[in-house]
Parts: sequence; C-alpha cells; structure tokens
Amino acid sequence: MDFSLPPEVEAYRDQVRAIIAETVTPEVIERQHRTGTFNSPELNRALAEQGLLERAVPGLGKGDPIELYVLFNELEKAGAPYDALAVAIMIAGVVNHVGTDEQKARVLPSITSGEALVCMGYSEPDAGSDLASLTTRAVRDGDEWVIDGAKMWTTMAHEARWLILLTRTNPDVAPHKGLTMFFLPMDTPGITVEPVHTMATERTNATFYDNVRVGDDCVLGAVDEGWRVMTVALSFERGVMGGTNPAVPLLRHVRDWAERTGLLDDPILRERMARVAIDSEVAKLLTQRAAWIAASGGLPGLEGSMAKVFATDAYQRASRWFLQAAGPEGLLQFGEPGAAAEGWIEYDARHSPVTTIYGGTSEINRNNIAERHLGLPRSRR
Amino acid sequence: MAVDLGLSPDQQAIEDVFASFFSREAPPTVARAAEPLGFDRALWDKLGALEAPGMAASTEAGGGGATLSELVVVAETVGRSIAPVPLVEHLVATRVHPEADLVAGSALATIALHPADADGRWRLVPAGAVAEVVVGLDGSDFVAVRSAPPGDGPRNHGSAPLADRSARDASRTVIAGPAEFEAALDSWRVLTAATLVGIGATAIDLAVTYALEREQFGVPIGSFQAVQHALADLPGLVDGARLLTHKAAWVTDRGEPGSLDVDHNDITDPAALATMAFVFAADAAAAATDRSLHVHGGYGFAEEYDIQLFYRRARGWALVLDDPARECLQLADRLFPTTAGR
Repeated sequence: MDFSLPPEVEAYRDQVRAIIAETVTPEVIERQHRTGTFNSPELNRALAEQGLLERAVPGLGKGDPIELYVLFNELEKAGAPYDALAVAIMIAGVVNHVGTDEQKARVLPSITSGEALVCMGYSEPDAGSDLASLTTRAVRDGDEWVIDGAKMWTTMAHEARWLILLTRTNPDVAPHKGLTMFFLPMDTPGITVEPVHTMATERTNATFYDNVRVGDDCVLGAVDEGWRVMTVALSFERGVMGGTNPAVPLLRHVRDWAERTGLLDDPILRERMARVAIDSEVAKLLTQRAAWIAASGGLPGLEGSMAKVFATDAYQRASRWFLQAAGPEGLLQFGEPGAAAEGWIEYDARHSPVTTIYGGTSEINRNNIAERHLGLPRSRR
Repeated sequence: MAVDLGLSPDQQAIEDVFASFFSREAPPTVARAAEPLGFDRALWDKLGALEAPGMAASTEAGGGGATLSELVVVAETVGRSIAPVPLVEHLVATRVHPEADLVAGSALATIALHPADADGRWRLVPAGAVAEVVVGLDGSDFVAVRSAPPGDGPRNHGSAPLADRSARDASRTVIAGPAEFEAALDSWRVLTAATLVGIGATAIDLAVTYALEREQFGVPIGSFQAVQHALADLPGLVDGARLLTHKAAWVTDRGEPGSLDVDHNDITDPAALATMAFVFAADAAAAATDRSLHVHGGYGFAEEYDIQLFYRRARGWALVLDDPARECLQLADRLFPTTAGR
C-alpha cells in the first residue's frame, strides 16, 4: 500500500487550503450559523476563479476522485460551508454524464463559474428511504410535461438557480422503473418554497409543484430512466464529497478550549480526544479507500457506505463525549460569554444527529453492506 | 508515488504464500490442540521451511530483510488462523537482535513488553514460556538475555505462552538504548494490530457462515435484519483497522519523522500511528468477536465452536500490553502536548 498523495495532488491541496484561508473568514462562518444557509458565494467564486470547480466536476474537468476527496475533505476539516457546493458539483457531473449538449451548454458554465447552485428534489413527505415510492407526477400534455406534487428536504431551494427533480411518469410499472428526472430553473412558474428550520440552525425547505410546465429540454436522461440517473449521482458522491470528517473541526475547537481553560490536563478528556483523533484517521482512510477505488475505475458504493456509517457514528460519539466533558458551559451557545469552545460543542451536539439520517440512513447503508458485502439473504422487513 | 490502497505485488505474493500455508497447516483444530500453552512446535518447524523466522532480520545477518509493510501481511495471516506460534514476537526481536540460530528458527526470540522490575524480572512476557532469547528494557539498557525457557506458564485468557523471565541472567547482551526499545515496541504494536485484524476478519466469516446455516422460524437467521445490522458495522471496523495498520507500517518504513498535525487530521508520525493502529485494531477485534459470538447464540458460548477461541485471543493477545485507555493517554501526550510537557 502507498498512502502518499502524488506531488500534483499535494500542490492542489495546498491551493485549496490557501483559498480557504483567504475566503473562509470568521465572518463567513458566523454568517452560516446565523442564517442557516450553508453556502459561501465568496468561497465558490474564489474556487471558480482558479478553475477548481470545473476541475472538480466528475467527467468534465480532471475528474480525479482523489482530488474530489481532497477538495471536500479540506473544506470539511476547515469548517467551511460546503454543503451547497458539493450538491452543485455532483449534479453538474450528472448533467455532464447524461445531459444533452444543449443542456450542458445551458447549465454547466453557470455552476463552474461559482454563480449558480442546484437543489435536489428527491425525497417527499411520504417517501424517504423508500424513495421509489414517490408520488410527484409528471404528465405529458402536448409538447409539455406538467408536474404536480411536493418535495421535502429541498435544501438551498431558496437560493438555487436550478432544480433536479425526480418524478413519476409511468404509474403502471415497478416503482423504480416509471421515474423520470427533470432539470429545470427554480424560477419556473408553479414552484413555491417553504422554509423548514432544523435543530442545527441549518435551513432546509419543503417545495411544492403546482401545474409546473416544462418542455422536453428539461428531461435529464431518458424518460422513465430517472432511477438510473439518480444512481449516477450516487456513484459520484459515495462518501468522497465530505461528511466523513466532521469531528476534525470539533476536536480542534475542543483542544483550543481545553488549552485555554487548563482542562487539557484532564486524563478523561485526553483519552477521549485521542480516541476521536483515531476515529478521524480511520474515517479518513475509509474515505480515501472509496476515492482510490473510484480512481481505479471501480464503483465504491459499499466502501462509501462503510465510511459513512463509521464516520457518522464516530462523530456522534465524539459530540456526546465532549458535551459531557464540558459540563454546564458546554450547554452555552455561540456568542454567549463563557461558552465552552465558543459554542462549538453545543452546536455539534445539535448537528451530529442528522448525519446518520441524511444522504442515506445508517440502516439503509447497513442493509447494503449486509446483503451485498456480507452476502446475507435479502432481509425480512 | 500515489495513493494505492491495495496490496503491492510483493505484499500480494507474501499474502498468497502465508494465507495458503496457515489455512493448510493451521486450521482452528491446531490452535485448539495447542491449548492451554498456545504453542505448536511442529507448526513452528514448518514455518522454518518457509524461512519465515528470519524474514525480519537484515540480509547482512542472513535474514530476509523484510519491511514492516511486508510483515504486517504475514501477521494478519497468523491472526486469521490464530496460529499457535509466536511469530510476531520472534520477528520483532530478530529485527533488533538477529543471532544466527534465531534467524534460522532453531531457537525462538521474543520481546518483554514492560521494563524489568526492581528485581530484574520481566512479568508475563509473551512467548516467555517457549523463547530462548528475550529482548527487553532493564533500566535504561535494551538487553537481550538468553536462557532456557520454562516450557510452561500460567493458564491465561488468550491461551498465549506467557511466562515471567529474568533480565539479569548471565548471558546478557546490551543491544541498544530506550529509544530503540520504544521503536521495537512500536513494531510489536503494529504487527499485533495486524494479527488482531486477522482475528476480526475470521470472526466476521464465522458469523456469516453460521448465520446462513442456522435456521430459526423456518429461515436462516442471517435473513433477520436485527442480525444483519449487528454484523454490518464490522467490515468497516476491520477494514479501517487494516488500513490504519498498513499506514503505520508504511510510515515506519519511510523512516521520516512525520507530521502530528491534528488540525488537518494529518498524522504521519510513526509512533502515533503505531499506537492508533494497536488501539483501534484491539477494539475492532473485540467488537467483531463479541458480535460474532453473540450471533452464534448458545453455541457461541460452547467450547465446541471455534468463535470462543477467537473471542479469547482478541482480548488476550492485545491486553498483554495494557489497557487501550492507557495507550490512548500515551497517544494524547504526542498529539496534545500540555504546557508542562512542551
């Protein structure tokens, strides 16, 4: 085995770190937590100016999964607002992979310039892990498609220019066979956005579709092939676009706080800090493995599942340990005098619960690992 | 140089040789038959034919000059079959003390993991019951002591050939100082981590095999989601431990000081990674054997089934060093120096 990054990837990592140091200021991070919008136009533009967004889009730029991992791992470790960017890059990769030339020309420059974001209309109020049961319909009407329904967890819908939307076009076949993916502007008439506020401040949305009319130019991939388009997106994402090292910034904040307060001598805290460092290293290695498999031409779906299940469990463990270790001051929020680790411990205690839920619950990932890695029979549910 | 997280061609060749050797020569019946002592002389002699005992010694000393990255591959195969031979201890000791009969494998060597006490006694030395040569720390000297092994030792949880040994025997050679001892101990941590990875991997295999065979309510218990999810966390733990162990070996072979940059999650310091690998692999093997035993139901508790052999070794082969919590405190001293320590 060889764990070294090639020199050109190290140079790329240093370039990313320099952009982060320049643009992810304390004000940017403060704004993220005040507004609940986990996006930084300054950061996106700076990355775009140096060509790093185009370079990151799978299939369009350099398309190196190792670089993709490095980019989002650096952003995550720095505590930068990268969630919206990750979605935009991933979906740009999908458009590049299955879109028409006209769609690519219309969409990709707006994303790679750092100007436009994308939101994802997949989940519905009654379709989460069982996504194929979704009921938002697209019905043919002359030259147009008419879309009606509702989506849930449409994060960034209030800022995004584009929407990728999974709909049912054929109710008469197996659930995952009658789906079609659309890609349309968010300002298309008939779309409304309602905020959904979360425990971790982050704002997401419910979106509603009432007689939304679009042409064939908004069909992404083939009609009734929407499930396949979605698996393309998942194959790009699987564990390498952030979400597997959230305990790194938490540990940094805790270490700084412990140093300031003298708690760094406490053996119970020290043992836990060491364990968190070990878990973060393992989470990174599992993520690197997924990226390496992708770089070698494989599909690291199962390895990505392993990385996500491990990393998110470890993050929740770290968050629980540090919240307990900090005592009453650990309960204080951002901006409150005396808040342990300036409120980060309290924030992570609110944020960590969602990580075993979004992007594929741990249970769905465990089903995959049990059936496709361990070779156990399809489970009785 | 580029990220490559598969076995190199050399590592793969070693894996092929030792995996087939141990699956042929050391099925669990061999480990079972070697209890309670935990040593099979005939198996050790067969390893000699593979020139395994001398692998870690330098080529100048007539050994194989294997890197730690190659030895972790060997050590994992030992763990997968819980082979009753102290190959890890012997490899660690011969790396620093390559005497001819040790390189040949006609005599065994081991390492005392803890410094000698005030009376010059090393307590509970792994392979102390069977090894002629013990290397270890006595005061500030890293010494090699040759004496007749007792051939027996206290019965213990992991059926390991532990025994107390004297550090003050007449045939005593000072081979180096504390820094070299610490480095040798770190290589023991890394190779033991690899054996624990092997134990964890087999524990998963045993659980899956049993869950597919065993039927209750008319179906294999492996079709129950409760059973599946109990097992589904384990491949990530064991694979993570394997990657971490290989990384620890890789940085050690590179021979550079390495980074302790916690803020960027960029740790390449060999000593830090050796401890990380040891702690994580010990936890992963403990978790894998624990859940595997549980999935076996009452039979997992029965002596007749193999999982109990792996369960006990997952603990016994790791805790002969120390509580992982204390290992974590040592790691913390490297990663999070206090003002007093700086």
